[in-house]
Amino acid sequence: MLYRSLFPRDLFAEFDRLQRELQGVVDNPPAIRGLGRGGYPALNVGTTPTGVEVYAFAPGLDPATIDVDLDRGVLTLSGERKATTPPSDEKSTLHINERFAGRFRRVVSLPDDVDPSAVTAAYRDGVLRVAIKRREATQPRRIAVQ
Amino acid sequence: MSAVNTSPETLRRDEPALLPPVDVIEDATGITLYADMPGVPREKLNLRVDGDQLAIEGEMTLGVPEGLQASYAEVGRSAYRRTFTLSKELDAEKISAEMSQGVLRVRIPKAEHAQPRKISIQVQ
Repeated sequence: MLYRSLFPRDLFAEFDRLQRELQGVVDNPPAIRGLGRGGYPALNVGTTPTGVEVYAFAPGLDPATIDVDLDRGVLTLSGERKATTPPSDEKSTLHINERFAGRFRRVVSLPDDVDPSAVTAAYRDGVLRVAIKRREATQPRRIAVQ
Repeated sequence: MSAVNTSPETLRRDEPALLPPVDVIEDATGITLYADMPGVPREKLNLRVDGDQLAIEGEMTLGVPEGLQASYAEVGRSAYRRTFTLSKELDAEKISAEMSQGVLRVRIPKAEHAQPRKISIQVQ
């Protein structure tokens, strides 16, 4: 693996990558629990008035093997991603190996007002979307004046 | 959330994009490239060969609900782009690609003359 970092194949791609990484740091300060960046799957979390949406960028998985657990407001996504093994042929060479392989586990702490019974998870184009509804009682309401 | 595709217009060259991680495996008859591009449907994927450059581009469509406010984002862009230089013995005309669950697989075969051949020896 050493020769790869010493002699990058495409210098411009490396510059590009560096530039983007710097840009990313400026855009999003790192989370308090260390390096979220570069983890697998990458996570985006968004909120709407009625719920919380978690997007996990987890390409190349069999949806049946992804474990999604919600326990006391903590959402855990776990599973395993198989390596792209070259066919058992002595003549094949792995030139670049950047994609994640192995077991993964990511944990998201959700707001207090989520309803654990109203969770849906869908996997499409390599993105796992978990939608959790907030409790009715905590949703904003307009109160009519009599 | 900025990782959301809002405009259908094609990706501009100067627009910042994500660099998809790839695996590149070479065997006797060609090169196979795998790229992780989660969120990109088949119709938003764009492969171009320009001279000896292979460009891979894609745009995410996540179908985000109205009024979503990002509270945490590790993926801050909605487009992917990466370019590779092909070597001479690869046959750019015969590139094939397929997309499955956010993983792009590109097969670039070697040209006929670059493929290994077994020469049979005739015994007199």
